Amino acid sequence: MTQLRVSHLSKEFGGIHAIEDLTFNINVGTIHSIIGPNGAGKTTLLNLLTGVYRPTHGRILLYGERVEGMPSHALAVRGMARTFQNLQIFFNMTALENVMVGRHRHLDRRLWHTFLRLPSLIRAEAACRDYCAALMEFVGCGQYIGADASSMPYGALKRLEIARALASGPRLLLLDEPAAGLNSRETAEIDDVIRKTAAEGVTVVLVEHDMKMVMGISDHVLVLNYGRKLAEGTPTEVCADKEVVAAYLGAD
Amino acid sequence: MTGLKTWAVRYGGLAVLAVIIAVLPGFLRNAYTYDIAINAGFNAIVCVGLNLLVGYAGQISLGHAAFLGLGAYASGILTTRYGWSPLMALAAGAVGVGALAYALAKPVLRLKGHFLAMATLGIGIIIAIVLNTESWLTGGSDGLVVGDFELAGWVLSGEKPWYWVVGGLLLLSVWATRNLIDSPIGRALRALHGSEVGAEVAGIDTARYKVLVFVLSAVMAAVVGSLFAHYANMITPSKAGFMKSIELVTMVVFGGMASTFGAVFGAAVLTVLPQVLTAFEDYETMVLGAIMMGTMIFMPRGLLVTVADAVRGRRQP
Repeated sequence: MTQLRVSHLSKEFGGIHAIEDLTFNINVGTIHSIIGPNGAGKTTLLNLLTGVYRPTHGRILLYGERVEGMPSHALAVRGMARTFQNLQIFFNMTALENVMVGRHRHLDRRLWHTFLRLPSLIRAEAACRDYCAALMEFVGCGQYIGADASSMPYGALKRLEIARALASGPRLLLLDEPAAGLNSRETAEIDDVIRKTAAEGVTVVLVEHDMKMVMGISDHVLVLNYGRKLAEGTPTEVCADKEVVAAYLGAD
Repeated sequence: MTGLKTWAVRYGGLAVLAVIIAVLPGFLRNAYTYDIAINAGFNAIVCVGLNLLVGYAGQISLGHAAFLGLGAYASGILTTRYGWSPLMALAAGAVGVGALAYALAKPVLRLKGHFLAMATLGIGIIIAIVLNTESWLTGGSDGLVVGDFELAGWVLSGEKPWYWVVGGLLLLSVWATRNLIDSPIGRALRALHGSEVGAEVAGIDTARYKVLVFVLSAVMAAVVGSLFAHYANMITPSKAGFMKSIELVTMVVFGGMASTFGAVFGAAVLTVLPQVLTAFEDYETMVLGAIMMGTMIFMPRGLLVTVADAVRGRRQP
C-alpha cells in the first residue's frame, strides 16, 4: 500500500532549483532511505514533506490526501513525525518534558481542566510520564530521564529527538541524519532502534550519509543529485547504478 | 516517601507565599505601608500573567499596561457613567480586552524579537493616546473618579479588606498559573519558546498557543486594572502608559523569567524599592537604576532564579 505519493515536486529558492520535478512513492512499513551528495536537496525534501517548506510545484499525497503546504502541526496530527539534522531540542525543558511534548496531540489540552488540575489530568500526566520514560529507555537515553536537556551530550540529544518523534505515535517517521556525529557503536545502536521501530509497522524515511547503515537497513533507496532523482531501487540495484557511482566518486 | 517530596516541589513555594501574605500585616504599621503591599500584589498578579507570555512562551509585550488601563477604564466608565454593577463591569472589561487581544494577537504575534517589541509598543502607545484624548468618555488627563467595589450590598473599602482580597487573588493566580505551566498547554508554550519548528513538528499549533497566552496575560492585566480602579477610586491615563508597560516587563525580568515566584518577587521588590529609596532623595532614581543594572549584569537570569539555584547548588550554564 502506498502511504506517501510525491509527484512532480519542485522547490525553488530565488531561481535555484533545490528540488526539481521529483516523483516517488513510499510504501507502508518500509525503511526508505534518501541519499545523495552534499547539497543534493535531501533536507529540503524532508522539509517539504513535513510542511516546514511549501513546495513551488507538485503534489504530496499522504494516504490519498493532498497535504502539500499544510502546516507541520497538521501533518503531525496525521501521523507524521521527524527529527532534525541540526537538533531542535527544547533546551529550556527537562529531557523527559521534551519527549512529553511529542505526546501533545494525545493529551488533555482543555483550559479549565488545566487551571484546576483535575484528577483526570493528573492521572493522564502520570501515564504520559511513564510512557515517555519508557521511550527514553527504548532509544537508549534512559539515564537522562531526570536531567535537563541542556546538560545532555550530543549523542544523547539525537536519541532524545527520536524519542520525542516516537512519542507522537507516528505512522511515518522521518529521520534527518540520525547517525551524523556518532561513533560506530552509537550508530549501531541507532540502527537497532530504527529496525525495531520499523518492525512495529512504522514507516521510516531516512536521510543519511553513513552508507554502511543505509545499505544494511533500507528496503528502498532514493538517490538525489542537484535536486533531481538520480536513481531509485533496492540497495543492491542502486549500488550497481553507473550514474550513482559517478555522482559519488566523480565521473572519469 | 516521594509523595511528600513531590508535594513539596509542587506546593512548597505556594505555601511559603501564603505564609508571607498571612504574616505580613503584622509588619504593616499604617495605611501607607498597606497601600504599598496592595500595589505590590496588584503588580505581582499582572507580572504572573505577563511572565507566561514573556518568560515561558518567549514572546515580548511592551504594551501590557494598555490592557491594564483598558480594564480600569472599562470599570470606571461602565460603573460611573452607565450605572453598571462593578462585577459586571469587571467581566465586560475582561471580555472586551480578551477580544481586543485576540484580534491583535494573530497579526502581531507573527512578528518576532525586535519587531514584536515595536508592534506591541505601538499598540500600547495608541491605546494610551486614545484614553488621554477621548476626554468626553475618559476624563482625559485628569482621569476618572471611580466608586468602591460592591457586590450584593457588600462594599469593599479600606486597606485591610483590600489587602486580603488582593492576597487571595495573588495566591489563586499563582496556583492556577503553576498548574498551567506543568501541563500539556504549559509544555506547548515552553516548547515554542525553545524551538518553534520543533514544536510545530511535534504537533503543536504554535500560532494558536501564542494567541492563547497573549489573550490570557491581557485578561489577567484587565482584571487587575478593574480592581485597581475601584481600590484607588481613581484612574489616570498614566496607568496605561508606556512607562507602566516597561515597569511591568522590568519586574518580570528582574525577578527571573520563566519563574512564577520570580515574577512575584520582582514585582514586590520593584514596588517596595522606590519607596525605601526615597531616603536618598534626589539620588533615588540613580540608586534604583544602579541596582537594576547591577542585577542584570551579575544575575542575568533574574534575582530569585539565581539565588534559588545557588541555594540548590545547581551549576549555572
